[in-house]
Amino acid sequence: MAKILMKGNEAIGAAAIKAGCRFFFGYPITPQNEIPEYMSREMAKAGGVFLQAESEVAAINMVYGAAGSGARVMTSSSSPGIALKQEGISYIAGAQLPCVIVNISRGGPGLGGIQPSQADYFQSTRGGGNGDYRLLVYAPSTLQEAVDLVMEAFEAADYYRNPVMVIGDGMIGQMMEPIEFKEPAKRELPSKDWATIGTNGTRKPNIINSLSLDAAELERMNIRLQEKYDIIEQNEVRYELYNMENAEVVIAAYGTTSRIVKNAIAALKEEGINVGLIRPITLWPFPMKAFDEIPATAKALLSVEMSMGQMIDDIKIASSGRWPVHFYGRCGGMIPTPNAVVEKVKEIIGGAK
Amino acid sequence: MTVVFKRTEGLTEKPYHYCPGCTHGIIHRLVGEVLEELGVLGKSIGVAPVGCSVLAYDYFNCDMHEAAHGRAPAVATGVKRVLPDQVVFTYQGDGDLASIGTAEIVHAAHRGEKITTIFVNNAIYGMTGGQMAPTTLIGQKATTSPYGRDAAHAGMPLRISEMLATITGAVFVERVSVDTPANIRKTKKAIKKAFEVQIEGKGFGIVEVLSTCPTNWGLTPTEAIKWLQDNMIPYYPLGNFRTPEEVK
Repeated sequence: MAKILMKGNEAIGAAAIKAGCRFFFGYPITPQNEIPEYMSREMAKAGGVFLQAESEVAAINMVYGAAGSGARVMTSSSSPGIALKQEGISYIAGAQLPCVIVNISRGGPGLGGIQPSQADYFQSTRGGGNGDYRLLVYAPSTLQEAVDLVMEAFEAADYYRNPVMVIGDGMIGQMMEPIEFKEPAKRELPSKDWATIGTNGTRKPNIINSLSLDAAELERMNIRLQEKYDIIEQNEVRYELYNMENAEVVIAAYGTTSRIVKNAIAALKEEGINVGLIRPITLWPFPMKAFDEIPATAKALLSVEMSMGQMIDDIKIASSGRWPVHFYGRCGGMIPTPNAVVEKVKEIIGGAK
Repeated sequence: MTVVFKRTEGLTEKPYHYCPGCTHGIIHRLVGEVLEELGVLGKSIGVAPVGCSVLAYDYFNCDMHEAAHGRAPAVATGVKRVLPDQVVFTYQGDGDLASIGTAEIVHAAHRGEKITTIFVNNAIYGMTGGQMAPTTLIGQKATTSPYGRDAAHAGMPLRISEMLATITGAVFVERVSVDTPANIRKTKKAIKKAFEVQIEGKGFGIVEVLSTCPTNWGLTPTEAIKWLQDNMIPYYPLGNFRTPEEVK
């Protein structure tokens, strides 16, 4: 199939429909509006349902209902809207239902702004909703990767019966790039015999639920969830290593920030400074093992984020004190320049060579 | 031997956890009987609330989906949009529906969602121990209105049926009570109609059932029934608030 040029948000919508998503519940918020707008145009043509909910809270609870009835279902929003969805996300994780949540994130806190930001790292990887639960979180850096991961997200959600989040900053949502829709590798999916679709008088009622008033039973439920998360950690970690050979400094960056960092790495290379990149593609599970591949030449790590420093916590955990961990970030919708990253690297290694 | 009375197929055999004298049991039974009589048990999906009837999913003998507090109409919307030919209902109390869930119930009605809502109004938060609800009457004591509800401080009790009857998509809105055998029969009739308008694809139906809470009202079951008759029915008049010509 030939590549086509699409805007990120629309490409994400198209990828979802191609992945078999037939139900979308959303609410307007910038900079993700082209996703519900695309779905309102295209979902009915695919035999599905687009519904604009009265709020993000209602939208995620509609997702909860649709997922419980066995549908492939998605919602999308942006940072403050995702904050409102946390209640429903926790219930969906607790009831072990599959769904896909897209966050085209913007600056915060509060109403924040509408420019690109990565300040929702904590929100997406540390919950936000109550209880011990995890989301599989994909962070694409290109539109091609965004459509690939959206399609993969539905497979992974059904496979693990778990909500999956795809997080892109506003640049992913708003820019255009050539893309190609490729079928994701099909997983062996379990049947949805737990779905509430009516007993038809042929079986005992199914109950979709996250309530457990018996403490011992609730603990057992949490242990079962943790066992699932352990398997996800073993099987689903994704990352890219870039220019790691003989690296003096290794940068960790994800999403569009990683592309800026690659430009900085090229500029540094011209000056004879070797810098590597670890690019997490899954924010959870975080690619801890990537840090075991850091060469002996590396003297320090640098986290570059569009936030005041959130992923750096995971980098420190992954580094286990093996390297000093530095930080460079811009936030509020300000975007780091390659040159600023170059300067930061030079500062770390003690000036230009 | 002739069987003259038996458990409805619409309910499971699980014993209720409800307090003595609570009318949830009667209302559960009426819903179960209606589902059985309409022959839709096998194609029904119920959505349980948060509140005293949080465990309703254990009692109704059909597929059930537990919702977050107040969100049952949104969850039911998701279910119904996936399964438009199935019968979907919510069972909610007044803390759930009239307070935290007002947006969800208003917009489910506004969209004309083809679902049925059973709204049990006992003028108090039961499960959490008797706090004031939007439906608590003026002067009524609750654990968060210990001197009695004061209109200047907390507003007047919210009349949900009257409010929803202003919405075009709500094609059947009726308030009933389970205080007497005659009213219990009327309640069953209203519940049946609220399911029929859904099954016929006409829109959203809601039945508000005035109910007692002897435990949190601090009354015996018989005193509670009398209190409902003397205090709730005058403020929350029984009757039909909306049945447009096309659904009659």
